[in-house]
Amino acid sequence: MARTLLDKVWEAHTVRILPSGQTQLLIGLHLIHEVTTPQAFQMLKELKLKVRMPERTFGTLDHIIPTADQTRPYADPEAEEMAQHMYRNMKEFGLPLFDMASGKQGIVHVIGPELGLSQPGMTIACGDSHTSTHGAVGAIAFGIGTTQVRDVLATQCLAMAKPKLRQVRVEGALAKGVYAKDVILAIINQLGVKGGVGYAYEYAGPVIERMTMEERLTICNMSIEGGARCGYVNPDAATVEYLRGRPYAPKDTAFDRAAAWWKSVATEPDAKFDDVARLDGAAIEPVVTWGINPGMSVGVSQKIPAPESAPEPERPTYREALAHMGFQAGQPIKGAKIDVAFVGSCTNGRLSDLRAAAEVAKRGKVAKHVRALIVPGSQQVAKAAEAEGLDQIFQAAGFQWRKAGCSMCLGMNDDKLQGREMSASSSNRNFIGRQGSPTGRTLLMSPAMVVAAAITGAVTDVREILK
Amino acid sequence: MSAADFKRRQVSGRGIPVTGNDIDTDRIIPARFLKAVTFESMGEHAFEDAKKQNPEHPFNQKAYQGASVLVVGQNFGCGSSREHAPQALMRWGIRAIVGGSFGEIFFGNCVMLGIPCLRASQEDIEWLQKAVAKSPQQPMTVDVEKQEVRFGDRVIKATVPEGARNQLVGGTWDSTAVLLEAGAAIEATARKLPYVKGY
Repeated sequence: MARTLLDKVWEAHTVRILPSGQTQLLIGLHLIHEVTTPQAFQMLKELKLKVRMPERTFGTLDHIIPTADQTRPYADPEAEEMAQHMYRNMKEFGLPLFDMASGKQGIVHVIGPELGLSQPGMTIACGDSHTSTHGAVGAIAFGIGTTQVRDVLATQCLAMAKPKLRQVRVEGALAKGVYAKDVILAIINQLGVKGGVGYAYEYAGPVIERMTMEERLTICNMSIEGGARCGYVNPDAATVEYLRGRPYAPKDTAFDRAAAWWKSVATEPDAKFDDVARLDGAAIEPVVTWGINPGMSVGVSQKIPAPESAPEPERPTYREALAHMGFQAGQPIKGAKIDVAFVGSCTNGRLSDLRAAAEVAKRGKVAKHVRALIVPGSQQVAKAAEAEGLDQIFQAAGFQWRKAGCSMCLGMNDDKLQGREMSASSSNRNFIGRQGSPTGRTLLMSPAMVVAAAITGAVTDVREILK
Repeated sequence: MSAADFKRRQVSGRGIPVTGNDIDTDRIIPARFLKAVTFESMGEHAFEDAKKQNPEHPFNQKAYQGASVLVVGQNFGCGSSREHAPQALMRWGIRAIVGGSFGEIFFGNCVMLGIPCLRASQEDIEWLQKAVAKSPQQPMTVDVEKQEVRFGDRVIKATVPEGARNQLVGGTWDSTAVLLEAGAAIEATARKLPYVKGY
């Protein structure tokens, strides 16, 4: 029978079937960061256990670190304490840490693929829900909690039930000014924020196949926002070329053998899925969220829907969203005023995102009342962007050019919304309070759309600026 | 703790309803509380911002203090993988959750802490939330083994996927020891992988 990538990777990593009926699944790559690990290391110490496969474990600092002044000790004593725990634990257990001095530091989901650590056919786990990002290289990658981090450290395994598989096909071709972010927001809007519960998503179809790896990373990143714990794209020539020459990718003839194996894990023609969903790529326009979860979105030319347009059980959430956002049903999303613009995050903090943002930034200046931040996803992204002069373009247009980190995506450092500020954000979550202010408001959109909003001071169709 | 202490066949206690769908883990515990390097203080901050913004929030109400069964809507615990969310609920006093559906990482984190999450129909959830609000002092029983919730004379069907159910009922949810039992099979599995043995 024709098999899927999920079938093949799952089988290859099955250690045994547990008495509970779950699979004891081997984890090929364990990525860790400062925020969800101190308790796991503490539990490991209490159990007097070592890290089972230290050579398959890599760490970085991203969630809590400042992106303006990174001089140690950090101004925030809690951030400093968390960083110290990370340094101490990594040293004590003999694990590599990509810190600022390494030149390889960055958001864990940016650096994994960038360093060639994340490879096709692997299982990848990390104490962060956006681990689904790494599925873009053709891996089965999912987020876990801290006690599960302990399990992976101690045993290199997790007790897991195999998910069902839904193929999400994006047919046709995208219009100009429509980006990967718009595609994944459209997918989540169509399938719902809980539509993926119990499923892994295989993204396929001509639009996905034509995408660059960085675009695929954006797509897979937000699988979790659609309820799917993991999402992947089958490895192909683009995957292989992306990995060639990366520091942790195999070298020379070993690379060719690796590439052959990578392609062999792809889903076979005629493989069966538990479900198939389809979207027409040509029908997707730039998407903007208007509500309090990533499924509450509209095309930029559309109006904010009325609660009555939703099924009965969803209506209270719609009403809560309108009240929180200060929007009226029937109001066009275009023209909604913003106070803050944020380009960055594991969703859209890569070089291609910054290039797309700079393309728009060239054409204007940040509106007077708008605070605008560009936060590269990693030190290497920052370096490459600076080599192209993107930092100069952004700063000339009135954007702050920051150092790499998670920053205003979740507001664990100083980069936060204040009060009811409205943010145009290239990040992944518009949950109430997500960007650091309990009453702050978030509009999710592509990096190009964020810059368009920064320049005009309100939600704008970027296609009008790019014309 | 003896092995028997880990078994979660059933949980009995008073209920607390939190209505609404898609309540994410940022809402349960805002990110600023993730800056602590232990979970100890999490219980104090469960639903902190939601409580401040809404004096009527169930976690503010005197009638629900001491409750141990949380009754929620659809997709509860979606979003961030932060275990701080179930830790906060557990340290507040929650021992079991009954809901329409759950975010998967949240669900898994709950299992790791021995907190059963059972799914019931939309209709039954709505009934249960109203019934608990009407009689907050009345205890209910969440029966993991029989997959039902009993409240007064009503019995509601409530399911847990087989693997998690076996872990909870059998007391094997604290999984490190179970996973370690595989012994050398872990390395043997790794050695067969092309990316481990070398291409």
